[in-house]
Amino acid sequence: MNDKQQKLTSVAELEKKRQGLNKQRSSDAPMIAVCCGTGCQAYGGKKIADAFKEEIEKHGLGGKVEVKTTGCHGFCERGLLVVIRPQNYFYQRVRLEDVPEIVSETVIGGKPIERLLYESLATGEKIASEEEVPFYKKQVRLVFGDNGYIDPYEIDDYIAVGGYSAFSKVLSGMTPEQVIDEVRKAGLRGRGGGGFPADIKWQSSREAHGEPKYIICNCDEGDPGAFMDRSLMEGNPHAILEGMMIGAYAVGSSIAYIYIRNEYPLAVKNAYRAIQQAKDYGLLGKNILGSGFDLEIKINRGGGAFVCGESTALMASIEGKVGEPRPKYIHTSHKGLYNKPTVLNNVETWANVPLIINKGADWYSKIGTENSKGTKIFSLVGKINHTGLVEVPMGITLREIVYEIGGGIPGDKKFKAVQTGGPSGGCIPENLLDLPVDFDELTNAGSMMGSGAMIVMDEENCMVDIARYFLEFLEDESCGKCVPCREGLRRMREILDDITQGRGEESHLEMLEEMSEVINDGALCGLGQTAPNPVMTTLKYFRDEYKAHIQDKKCPAGVCKSLITYHIIEEKCTGCKLCVNACSYGAIEFMGKKTPVVLHQSECTKCGACKEVCKLKAIEIR
Amino acid sequence: MSELSAVKETISSILDRYDRDKSNLIAILQDVQAEYNYLPREAIAEVSQALDIPLSQVFSVATFFRAFSLKPRGRHSVHVCLGTACHVRGAASILQQMEKEMNVCCGDTTEDKKFTLEGVNCVGACALGPVVVVDGEYIGHVSVNKVKPLLENYD
Ligand SMILES: Cc1cc2nc3c(=O)[nH]c(=O)nc-3n(C[C@H](O)[C@H](O)[C@H](O)COP(=O)(O)O)c2cc1C
Ligand code: FES
Repeated sequence: MNDKQQKLTSVAELEKKRQGLNKQRSSDAPMIAVCCGTGCQAYGGKKIADAFKEEIEKHGLGGKVEVKTTGCHGFCERGLLVVIRPQNYFYQRVRLEDVPEIVSETVIGGKPIERLLYESLATGEKIASEEEVPFYKKQVRLVFGDNGYIDPYEIDDYIAVGGYSAFSKVLSGMTPEQVIDEVRKAGLRGRGGGGFPADIKWQSSREAHGEPKYIICNCDEGDPGAFMDRSLMEGNPHAILEGMMIGAYAVGSSIAYIYIRNEYPLAVKNAYRAIQQAKDYGLLGKNILGSGFDLEIKINRGGGAFVCGESTALMASIEGKVGEPRPKYIHTSHKGLYNKPTVLNNVETWANVPLIINKGADWYSKIGTENSKGTKIFSLVGKINHTGLVEVPMGITLREIVYEIGGGIPGDKKFKAVQTGGPSGGCIPENLLDLPVDFDELTNAGSMMGSGAMIVMDEENCMVDIARYFLEFLEDESCGKCVPCREGLRRMREILDDITQGRGEESHLEMLEEMSEVINDGALCGLGQTAPNPVMTTLKYFRDEYKAHIQDKKCPAGVCKSLITYHIIEEKCTGCKLCVNACSYGAIEFMGKKTPVVLHQSECTKCGACKEVCKLKAIEIR
Repeated sequence: MSELSAVKETISSILDRYDRDKSNLIAILQDVQAEYNYLPREAIAEVSQALDIPLSQVFSVATFFRAFSLKPRGRHSVHVCLGTACHVRGAASILQQMEKEMNVCCGDTTEDKKFTLEGVNCVGACALGPVVVVDGEYIGHVSVNKVKPLLENYD
């Protein structure tokens, strides 16, 4: 790599650069790809990558074997992940100690190390290659796939795998109208929540009066439990930039913003770096690749407010104001940021654009369902064996995602529900697991696609508690501008407090339903309008659980602290004292060896520390 | 006097980074917070004056966004993730245990200024849930029983 990159001044120069890079790099050269996404960094990330580099040097292989620090590979549950290419040996749960062995056995010896391979949950069989691991097998990784191959810190890596070729295709022979038309034919719908067709926004901003026009990338990712936008921004920022460049060209904009959550330091860092490199290469700035097209991309760090993910609140926040939404009688595509025409799309939406331009709308629109095209990245989290990010074609069933890709529920527990769509979404019960996942089907079930969080819950999760959790979250995040949301959510949460604390009454359920309707109709922005969804769906699908709380004053899942008590099962307890030591409240009394301990209910705060340490399963919740 | 002029100087250099442009208010406050670990009253007043934005407006931005704190903070920031994925894996009990061990409520700083305890909604490492972030370092699979030993690592 040369230190100072000369600006590329034409599409031909970019192609020459790519050819040059590919000549230097052979596709079957040995490479150690170390995942350094936020998840894997908790397991050592960069430290392990450095250890690999040292080890490679030690064996005199410097320059022959490349150690690549990549973005998130998605299978975060099994971090730290290392893939040895070209054989694609997939190692999971790699720790610093494993590094020398991997280099000597696999990189030099060519043999896989059994211990580090993924073991099939069903058969116990070891699986060596990345493609065969069930978690990956059913996925279609069109947008997310390059993450495991490129170093997000190096623009050359992105260019080598074909990056910026869609942009050069656009610059060298497509009119803005043709670009928008291609996106329309592809059927690209927004991945940030609503599923609004991207081309309509672009077209309408293109035609709107007012200069300058703005392009914004929404990387606020406020939905707690979703992290696909973070992983894309961290792992492949240039794909997002390229999408934005194409969008800006189509809309006729020369200023763009990326709005990133401040809680994502690595994403912020990688985005800054990517923009700087794109500038150095002449892919951003004035007269890009000699085409006469100008574009500047700026970064805006969010202040940590969920509502700022909403379009008008986000724009207010970029203007340096309090992030309060406004009514959208006039669309932001006409009057958005600084009252100028503005196109706002989600990270994943932008990342789909280069793919559509490169492979064509015909190809793209063959993936997915009638009205939802392409793939969607979901974060599969909660009570599931294979936690992580999965990219699947639209129309796959929930069952396939949960059981085949996700590997089912840990510890023989029973599946209860999967929550999609975040705080605006709903809980989907077991009998709807064969639902094909797309924008419309999820909405029909009372939930929504949202940003793509899928939170799996088992029998030990209480659905009333979950509904309360989301309401509390939204009450906290409500900006307070409109009454239905500010006051209504609070009253609903208070009712749920009553129910979960044993003060529930039969009439509460109807009241909840009535308030849900009013808030849904009356709130100013999407936050309030969709806020009752978690309550409505749990009432619809899990009404019995509400009734148990109200009539029997019991929490069947054993979660609501006011309705449960911990008990020692005397037949099982051997007086080993583990729980006595674990209890910070002195609620468990030691009665002598081989004698069951005694739990004093008056001292117990139900923190669960005792149950967690008990190896004999001698503590139960009633 | 010298302290106040030091504040003025620091703020001035931050403002210059953003061309003294009002629309960068949030970014400016983020930098001020990074400098002092919180937003000191004098600093807010200085920003208001220098940018010619009413004090009330600067305060409304400073109190709206979760990222800002108007109170001095502890040496170590402890963020307990309360996002959905962590919630279903028992984050509420982790927070309760933290409050007990530190003897503070969520959002407050311990008396010896050692820790500031805060709840956050998802740090994007849901697979590791329940997650606690201490001084920017992610700690996964925390359990009620790991809280005390975890805190003992810091001084
Ligand atoms: C309360 C609220 C929060 C939102 N948060 C986000 C978010 O974090 N990320 C996002 O991309 N869209 C979010 N949205 C949706 C945006 O308003 C907007 O529809 C979206 O960014 C448009 O991009 P798309 O068409 O590509 O999906 C949110 C909407 C509401 C009402
Ligand atoms: S919910 Fe805790 S990290 Fe996402």
